[in-house]
Amino acid sequence: MAEVTFWQAIRDALRDEMLRDEKVFVMGEDVGIYGGAYGATRDLWEEFGSERVRDTAISEAAIAGAAVGAAMCGYRPVAEIMYMDFLTIAMDQFVNQGGKNRYMFGGKTTVPMVLRTQGGAGRCIAAQHSQSLEAWFVHAPGVFVVSPSNPYDAKGLLKASIRDDNPVRFFEHKMIYGMKGEVPEEDYVVPLGRANVTHEGDDVTIVIYSMMANLALEAAGILEQDGISAEVIDLRSLKPLDVDTILRSVRKTGRVLLASEGCENNNAVTEVAMRINEHGFDYLDAPMKRICAADVPIPMSPTLEDACIPTAPRIAEAAKELVG
Amino acid sequence: MNTPADLYRKMALIREFEMRIDEMFATGRIRGTTHLSAGQEACAVGACAGLRCDDAVVSNHRGHGHFIATGGDPGAMMAEMMGKQTGYSRGRGGSQHMACFDIGFLGSNGITGGGLPVAVGAALGFKMQKTDRIVLCFFGDGASNQGTFHESLNLAAVWRLPIIFFCENNLYAMSTPMHDATAVENIAERGNAYTIAGEVIDGNDVIAVRDAVAGAAERVRGGSGPALIEAMTYRYLGHSKSDKCEYRTREEEQRWHERDPIKLYAARLRESGELDDGRIARIDAEVKQQVDEAVEFATTSPDPNPDELEGSVFA
Ligand SMILES: Cc1ncc(C[n+]2csc(CCOP(=O)(O)OP(=O)(O)O)c2C)c(N)n1
Ligand SMILES: [Mg+2]
Repeated sequence: MAEVTFWQAIRDALRDEMLRDEKVFVMGEDVGIYGGAYGATRDLWEEFGSERVRDTAISEAAIAGAAVGAAMCGYRPVAEIMYMDFLTIAMDQFVNQGGKNRYMFGGKTTVPMVLRTQGGAGRCIAAQHSQSLEAWFVHAPGVFVVSPSNPYDAKGLLKASIRDDNPVRFFEHKMIYGMKGEVPEEDYVVPLGRANVTHEGDDVTIVIYSMMANLALEAAGILEQDGISAEVIDLRSLKPLDVDTILRSVRKTGRVLLASEGCENNNAVTEVAMRINEHGFDYLDAPMKRICAADVPIPMSPTLEDACIPTAPRIAEAAKELVG
Repeated sequence: MNTPADLYRKMALIREFEMRIDEMFATGRIRGTTHLSAGQEACAVGACAGLRCDDAVVSNHRGHGHFIATGGDPGAMMAEMMGKQTGYSRGRGGSQHMACFDIGFLGSNGITGGGLPVAVGAALGFKMQKTDRIVLCFFGDGASNQGTFHESLNLAAVWRLPIIFFCENNLYAMSTPMHDATAVENIAERGNAYTIAGEVIDGNDVIAVRDAVAGAAERVRGGSGPALIEAMTYRYLGHSKSDKCEYRTREEEQRWHERDPIKLYAARLRESGELDDGRIARIDAEVKQQVDEAVEFATTSPDPNPDELEGSVFA
């Protein structure tokens, strides 16, 4: 297997799917010659041309909406919104049109589109370029929410998302693009709604996704030195949610820590906690715990940004308190 | 004060400030990202010189020049660039999020097109208070493709608000040439759809910019409703710090460097005898000194206290 970076895995998935299905095309701001703000569409414009790798105007609402319309007419658009923060502008088109059209029209249409977007903190670029808004989309009926943490999952999940007949919000964390990992060259998908146990353990279950999944692995290492065995579950998709894998782990450990880089209030992982409460309450030996970003707009100052979001030592610390 | 020496000094200060930031990013002394306006100084300085000092300015992501031209202090700006407690936003905002309400600088903005509706609201406030203050809103050619631009022009026209929409057309939005993404020849034409007179001006000529804004300000202040000015200019550096400018030619860049706004104005002042070489050199040295001091102030300022992370979210 080849070692590739996260951005290459995204690019390769787009390329494979465009070669496989002529209905797949890419559009967004500066996705052409510039190759996307984080390089995830690099070289695609050179290979496929401006018809299938479309630079758009700075018009997030129209980008998302055009993807909805094209999807309803037989295409499989992959639209890129440069920063997750700008999804707020695309919200009506994606949520009110994309997510609802099928049901509102009596199940008579499909909207097979992917809205790729980059997000998260870590680069000191402040309140309007660092958010994690997964929770907004998990709340929206009719859309799937996917969030890979490594190159292998990125490629497999993006392929699955493109082939899926529903609108998918695909979230790439900005701190992962340079991460390397083994990725098969042959075709494979990682199905939506399948969580991954990335580290096995008996004492505590750490449920996370995206960049936090990598930090949780680091945290598991720290915990190991203290004699605590943590099981790390990378959700990979927040919706559909793989409740079974989570419950299987909770039954074993009896303790749950949930972590996310979104603001604490109404975070996407609170839904996971509620599912555990509903279906796995009897397995719990202690109240669940969560560790999320502070309820503040992400500050620019490196000191404040660092204090704002969960880190590996803080995840380990929270897990330790839970195990007691 | 807007004597010729002041106009020259402000443009030179912006250039020095921006080039220093570029250098500090390259050497890792500033983190995050930044959008520099080197090449566009005549827009910022000329536009602000055409306003009254109690008018308000709304800026965008490429806002350092706008802020300096409005009267921003380079020390507190540099501190904000470095995320320090002494910065304009107490280190919370960084390059793209600075404001100083005391001098009417209502803030830069990380959302392309995000400032336009806010500027409309400020103008509405001025009108409802029955003052004769006006608002000038800076935005780029790329921002004029956002819905917010069109909604803002329409509402401002319907309500006859005291606002000047000032477009800095630097021909590109990131890597996208204006005409690949914009259906009209000039942004100024877009005013027609909203009964707003638009005019295209030379954005590298500080006097042309000042006169155009001063003229528009007089009309707008008199109750004529909004104005739209499109200033043609060029950014010298990449869009943000990681851009290698593969989407434009070195020849095109060279052509614009030949019409450098600062050199153009210096040449004019020399010719008219308003400033001589000695005076220009002195201003350049003073400006450099001022930026040195700003860097020194920022560097020796404290970081914000992490215990105060959650303060000031709510009033
Ligand atoms: C809503 C939104 N979309 C996209 C961006 C990313 N972005 C920042 S500046 C920029 C280009 C803006 O072009 P223009 O308005 O012409 O201003 P310029 O950068 O040329 O000064 C883009 C695409 C953003 N910050 N906000
Ligand atoms: Mg531009």
